[in-house]
Amino acid sequence: MTPRYMALMARGIAAIASAVILTSSTPSIAASEEKQLVVTGASTIAPVLGEIAKRYESLHPDVRIDVQTGGSARGIKDARTGLADIGMVSRALKEDEKDLTSFLIALDGVALIVHADNPIAELTRQQIIDIYVGKINNWSELGGADEPIVVINKAEGRSTLELFLEHFGLKSPDIQADIIAGDNEQDIKAVAGNPFSIGYVSIGNAEYDIKAGVPIRMLPLEGVPATRETVAAERFPLRRPLNLVVSKQPEGLVLDFINYARSAEVRDIVESFYYVVPPGS
Amino acid sequence: MSSHLALRVTNPGFSLANCILWGAATIAGTLIGLIVFVVLAAAMPALSNVGLERFVTDASWHPTSDQFNLAPLIVGTLLVAAGALALACPISLAAAVFVTFYAPPSIATVYRRLMELFAGVPSVLFGLWGLVVLVPLIAKLSPPGASLLAAILVVTLMVLPTIMLIAATSLSSVPIEHLHGARALGFSRASTIFKVIIPAARSGLAAAAVLGAGRAIGETMAVMMVAGNVVKIPDSIYDPVRTLSANIALEIAYAMDLHRSALFVSALVMIAFVVVVVWALELLTSKAAFQANAD
Repeated sequence: MTPRYMALMARGIAAIASAVILTSSTPSIAASEEKQLVVTGASTIAPVLGEIAKRYESLHPDVRIDVQTGGSARGIKDARTGLADIGMVSRALKEDEKDLTSFLIALDGVALIVHADNPIAELTRQQIIDIYVGKINNWSELGGADEPIVVINKAEGRSTLELFLEHFGLKSPDIQADIIAGDNEQDIKAVAGNPFSIGYVSIGNAEYDIKAGVPIRMLPLEGVPATRETVAAERFPLRRPLNLVVSKQPEGLVLDFINYARSAEVRDIVESFYYVVPPGS
Repeated sequence: MSSHLALRVTNPGFSLANCILWGAATIAGTLIGLIVFVVLAAAMPALSNVGLERFVTDASWHPTSDQFNLAPLIVGTLLVAAGALALACPISLAAAVFVTFYAPPSIATVYRRLMELFAGVPSVLFGLWGLVVLVPLIAKLSPPGASLLAAILVVTLMVLPTIMLIAATSLSSVPIEHLHGARALGFSRASTIFKVIIPAARSGLAAAAVLGAGRAIGETMAVMMVAGNVVKIPDSIYDPVRTLSANIALEIAYAMDLHRSALFVSALVMIAFVVVVVWALELLTSKAAFQANAD
C-alpha cells in the first residue's frame, strides 16, 4: 500500500508545483483544434475585456481568448507586429499611430469629489494643481471653511492617477497627499468620512455611490458638469477612450469579437466596471 | 491468531497515518519553499537593475518615476507593529490573568469564547470600522485622520485576542505544584500570580507576543484602509504611514515591469522580518527555558 500512497502524494505535489509555476509565467498552451485570439495592452481595459472574453467563450466553446496586460504601448506594438490579434489602448491614437484602426468600447471619466457638505462649487485648473502640489493647504484660501485640506491621491500604477497627472501636467513625486487610496471605492469612503477632503474617482463609480446616499459631490470641470452623459458626449474634459486596435481590416473571429465587445449584450459588464458605454452601441 | 489480528489492524493503519503525515509535511514545506523561490525570482529584475543600495537611498518611493526607496515603508511597518504590541501586550496579559485566576468560571468561559470569536473576525471588518468610525474621530483631533495612530489602534484590536488566548493557555499550563508551593508558603493571590506563575510562564508569554508581532507585521487590509498610505516617515502619530504589506496590496494590481518586481522586493523584506521574528521567538523560548531550568 505504501508505494501507492507515496505515488499519489508525489503526483499531488507535482500538480501543486506546476500550478504555482504556471501561474507565475504566462500560460500559452492551447489545443490545436481551438481557435485562439490573443489580446494584449492596457491594464485599464484588460479586466473588463477579460469578462467580455469569458462570456464570448461560453457562447463559442471552440474559441479561446487570451487577454494579457502590459500597457497601451504594448497594445500598439503587439497589434503592429502581429504578436496580438487585438491591442488594448486606453487613450486616443496619436498621429503616427494612424496606421492602426481603433474601435471604441467604453469611455472613462474622472471627476474631483468633495464631501456633500463642502460649500465649494467649482475649482479652476490652477486651484486643483495648487491643492495637489501643496501650495493651497486650507479651504479658506478658496472661500471655504478655515480647515486644512485633506488631499487624497491614488496609488502608483492606477489608471485614474495616470489620467489625472496627464491632464493637469503633474508628476507623481510632485504631489503632496495626505491619504493614498487604492481604488475608487476607498477614495469615496475617505471623502465621505471627512468633510474637508478632496479626491478624484471614476464618474460611473461616484454616480452609483451618490445614488446610494453616500455624502459626496462631484465638482464640475471647466464648466462642464461631471456626469456619464457629458463623458459619453465627449464634453467632460478629464476623460479618455478605451479602444481596441487592429493593424488590418478585421475579419472573421477578430471582427466578430470586436463587434461583440461593442454590442448591447456586454453593456452590463462595461457598466459593472463603472465605465461609460459610448452612445450608439 | 490474536497477534496476526493485531498486526493486520494496527500495521496498515500506522503506515497510512505515517504516509499522510509525511505527505502533509512535505507539501507544506515544499509550498513555503516554492513561495520564497517565486518571490525571489520575481524580485531579481529589480534587485539587479536597481541595486540593493537604491532601495534605501532613493529620494522616495515613486516606482513609475524610477524612485524605489523602501526605508519609509520599513519604518512605517515597524512603527505600526511596535505601537500595536506596546498597547496590546499589557492589556492582553491583564485579560489573561483575569480569565485564568480572577474571573468566576462561568464568566471566564464566556469571556474566552468571546475572545475566540474576536480572533476570528475577518480583518477587513476591523478596517471598515476603523475607516468609518475611528478615522473621522481622529480627523476631528488632528486631520487627516488616516494615520499611524489609527493603524496602531486597529492592529492592537486585531492582535489582542490572539495574544490574550495564547497567554491564558500558557498561564494555565504552569504546573499545579507551583501554585501549591506558593500557597504553602503563604503567598497572597497577587504575589502568587506575579512572582510565581508569570515568571514560570514567561516562555509561553514571549511566544504569544512574538506571534502577535508576526500578525502585526503582516496585517494588510485593515491597515491599508486606515493608515493613509502616504510614503513618508511620520513626524507624529497623526501623520499617515504606509506599511510594506499595504504597499504590495495597493500597487500590485496595476504594476508592471520594474515596478512589479520592486513590489516583490517589498515582499522579500517582509519575509526577512518574519524570519527575524521567528528566530527571536526561538531564542527567547530557549533562553527562557534555560533560565527556568537554572532557577
